[in-house]
Amino acid sequence: MHDQAQKPGRSPSNVEERFVANVMPDDPTAVFSARGLTKMYRMGEVEIHALNGVDLDLYRGEFVVLLGPSGSGKSTLLNILGGLDVPTSGRVHYLDHDLSAYDEASLTRYRREHVGFVFQFYNLIPSLTAAENVGLVTEIASSPMNPREALELVGLGNRADHFPSQLSGGEQQRVAIARAVAKRPDVLLCDEPTGALDVTTGVMVLEALARVNRELGTLTAVITHNAMIASIADRVVTLSGGRIASIRRNAVKASTGSLAW
Amino acid sequence: MVTALQRKLLRDLGRQWAPLLAAALVMCVGIGAITMSLSALESLRRAMDSYYDAHRFPHIFAGLKRAPRTVAARLAEVPGVQRVVTRVVVDVNLNVPGLLEPATGRIISIPDAPPFGLSELYLRRGRFPEPGRAGEVIANEGFMEAHGFALGQDVAAVMHGRLQRLTIVGVALSPEYIYQIRPGELLPDDRRFGVFWIPYRELAPAFDLDGSFNDAVFAISPGVERAAVIDAVDGVLREYGGGGAYGRNDQTSHRYITDEMSQLRGMAVIPPAIFLTAAAFILNIAFSRLIQTQREQAATLRAFGYTTGQVARHYLLMVLVVACVGSLLGMLLGWRLGLTVTRLYTQFFRFPTLEFSLYKPGVVLAIAAGAGASVLGTYTAIARAAALPPAQAMRPPAPTDYRITLMQRMGITGVISPMGRMVVRHLERQPVRAAMTVLGIALALAVLIMGSYAHGAVNYLMDFQFRLSQRQHLTVVFNEPASPAAVHALARLPGVITTEPFRAVPARLRSQHHSRREPLMGLVGTPTLNRVISDREVPIGMPAEGLLLSDSMADMLRVRPGDTVRVEVLEGPRPERTMMVAGRVPTYMGTGVYLSRDGLNRLMREGAVISGANLTVDSVRGAELYAMLKETPGVAGVTVKDAARVIFRETFARNILIMRAFNLIFASTIAFGVIFNSARVALAERAHELATMRILGFTRREVLTVIAGELATLTVLAIPIGLVLGRLLTLYAASAMRTETHRIPAMIDPGTYAFGTIAIFAALAVAVLVLRRGIHRLDLIEVLKSKG
Repeated sequence: MHDQAQKPGRSPSNVEERFVANVMPDDPTAVFSARGLTKMYRMGEVEIHALNGVDLDLYRGEFVVLLGPSGSGKSTLLNILGGLDVPTSGRVHYLDHDLSAYDEASLTRYRREHVGFVFQFYNLIPSLTAAENVGLVTEIASSPMNPREALELVGLGNRADHFPSQLSGGEQQRVAIARAVAKRPDVLLCDEPTGALDVTTGVMVLEALARVNRELGTLTAVITHNAMIASIADRVVTLSGGRIASIRRNAVKASTGSLAW
Repeated sequence: MVTALQRKLLRDLGRQWAPLLAAALVMCVGIGAITMSLSALESLRRAMDSYYDAHRFPHIFAGLKRAPRTVAARLAEVPGVQRVVTRVVVDVNLNVPGLLEPATGRIISIPDAPPFGLSELYLRRGRFPEPGRAGEVIANEGFMEAHGFALGQDVAAVMHGRLQRLTIVGVALSPEYIYQIRPGELLPDDRRFGVFWIPYRELAPAFDLDGSFNDAVFAISPGVERAAVIDAVDGVLREYGGGGAYGRNDQTSHRYITDEMSQLRGMAVIPPAIFLTAAAFILNIAFSRLIQTQREQAATLRAFGYTTGQVARHYLLMVLVVACVGSLLGMLLGWRLGLTVTRLYTQFFRFPTLEFSLYKPGVVLAIAAGAGASVLGTYTAIARAAALPPAQAMRPPAPTDYRITLMQRMGITGVISPMGRMVVRHLERQPVRAAMTVLGIALALAVLIMGSYAHGAVNYLMDFQFRLSQRQHLTVVFNEPASPAAVHALARLPGVITTEPFRAVPARLRSQHHSRREPLMGLVGTPTLNRVISDREVPIGMPAEGLLLSDSMADMLRVRPGDTVRVEVLEGPRPERTMMVAGRVPTYMGTGVYLSRDGLNRLMREGAVISGANLTVDSVRGAELYAMLKETPGVAGVTVKDAARVIFRETFARNILIMRAFNLIFASTIAFGVIFNSARVALAERAHELATMRILGFTRREVLTVIAGELATLTVLAIPIGLVLGRLLTLYAASAMRTETHRIPAMIDPGTYAFGTIAIFAALAVAVLVLRRGIHRLDLIEVLKSKG
């Protein structure tokens, strides 16, 4: 048993212990290690506890799905892991870096060097072609892949010179994935990547994500409402009310082709 | 009862206050300028009309050598003449306590008691001279104030060769001298020129004119042809040495006032039009953005059953609130500026009362123009939002359609980074918007140049007038034409270094139906003191034949070199001759007509007589020289060039610079408004894109480069256009502000261009700070959740 939670100096949480038996990873190097994360923010008069004591480790090469209803805290968690937000209390480590201690400039550098993002609404730059959208990121990365190579990876090698307005929603999302992975990030964080897509295109997008995860070994975390998608993950983390409700390991990963919703 | 929609209106206004306020401020400036000019114009017109009316400003004026008072009856019989008043008018050399150099006094005879019939005096203080008390006079207010004199003050006048003491017992204003300027001069100088009124019974004998008159003024019946009356009056006075009667448009004071009014009329149109165009433009960008962000809200309203008209009215109301704020502020501004301008006027124009009041039709016009401009500027955006089908609006807008750019087709993009490409494509994608922004910035630069060129132009004018052209220290004018021996006498006076005689005779110039009164100035072959300067800024000699006309005179007569003009001399034998226009010369002050002195003497069929001389003097002996000149009987007046320069700098130049300060504030408002709003709009429109870049790992600085790069590109594109536009606008403004007697050269020095450009870049720098703050405030997390 090599669970991170049992390493000296870390205080294991009960939740983590309960699921330990199910969550043994393939590669036991923890990329992210979060302990006692809370996030509180004010919405006008109301104080919202978006995260309420979350302990979680994510490992190299994993495909993790974060499930949970609206307001369960999954986006907040992803934002903190991605360096877009900082926790109110608790610690989050990326390898041996303490992200919770980072300032804005360090977080920007962290995002730039290590994190790939995929958004629900693609967020492509409309004035750049597919290849240029990818190029936007590769030009500031240290050892990126060729933008066209990244587009090949998501099956859009032939659409490289199209502008976003000339692509379908699924294609735009796959460009976004290519953009996210082209810099060879250590982690790929996806917030509802299929949320705006129909089944067929959604499946193609998930296939692209799965392929990146498989071929590049990038730790991939995907937020979704859609429980069906959970079946293609290595592990499924379910959040509820700002806490981790369960962590389950799929004994068998379903293929993306078998999905339907 | 405030409806929900009205509440939304208020909150939207609250949220968008910055760009809307910028638009309102620019509009305020336009409305302020209209209000100010029209109100000042109307105040001036009202003051003039009521003064002319109440104090019987004459319609026709005539000077003559001498005529018995019985001729007045013949003049009264001229058809169309309603009333005639005859009098004695003489110019004398004054010795004023506290003034080193001699001054000129114009002395006008009055009956023993008012009313006089025409040109009634407005007695400000004191009393009329009492019968039986010798030497009592009324002086004009400007002279009294310039010297700080109190009632009872004495001045000495050389009257017909005898030094006589005059005691000032009253201070008055005359409708003939609202603007008081010494004859033949270009600038008013209240210290050195005073108007005095003395009872006829005292003045006439002193000049051997008892029972006679040498000046007459006329009122004519309404609807009478003025030219016919003038001809008839000239006919009567010819045998008495009549100097040619003239109407109000040739009367100096009236001409300066009407000149000022036409200048104001120009100011009421051009600058406000520019400011209102800019306001419409700013409103346009502010509103197209606001409505873009409110697509869903507008569609929701439509889905709830609000009509297109109701939705349009909602947004229109928002525009009108902005227009109202702009109008109210504009009215206040116009009122305040009007007060200032009116105060400036009181320096030059002596009215019994000159009160500024808002001209209501002008205010209504200004507000209508402002509301019109704002509705025009926002009409398209509002119509588009209101017409949006509900279902369509509920969907997010499709990604903007970008194409391969012109630059890319030209193969240039290879060298440009993706960020550079974003800038170029975004600009190419919305060419109209980009063009509008470029135009707005160019307009701001143009206004900055127009607003500030006056500084360089005034310096140029002063240099041209007081250094290049006039090199004399003093100009001495004789009472009567004199022989060259008089110049030798002058040359022997203490401190006189060089002398240069001239001959001047009053004349009327005609070309077709255009006609002007202007003295012919006969100068030595190539003057070295009172130089005539060519447009290449070199002194030129007098032509052997024909006349040199100042630009302004040539324009008034509509003649070019090679044309001919009819010259009627109004003195002595009154010769008439057709003469050729030998050339035109640049003139910024006055409407001079020059020829050789010999030529003028020949025209007058006289010997080598002169009217006066220009002198250079040793300033060390100035006091001695002035003392002698004060008591020299033949001297009618002395003009000191440095005094004229000081007056020019302290009055005209200062006023021009005050107007320049107004213009600069206006122009800066526009420049800042346009650039600030462009930045705000760019930020609002592209927040999503910029936040995405931030999430992807771009630093704030890099993201700022993209958005600021775009604005900087537009600014750089706008600069050359703005410089050219500024040149054109300046030419136009200079011609609109030009009067018959004063022209400001449309001369823009490189410093003005540089200043305008720097000011634009300063506005850009402020806008970049706004962008920088905006980028710091970008909500990255929100972007993940929102549609683009």
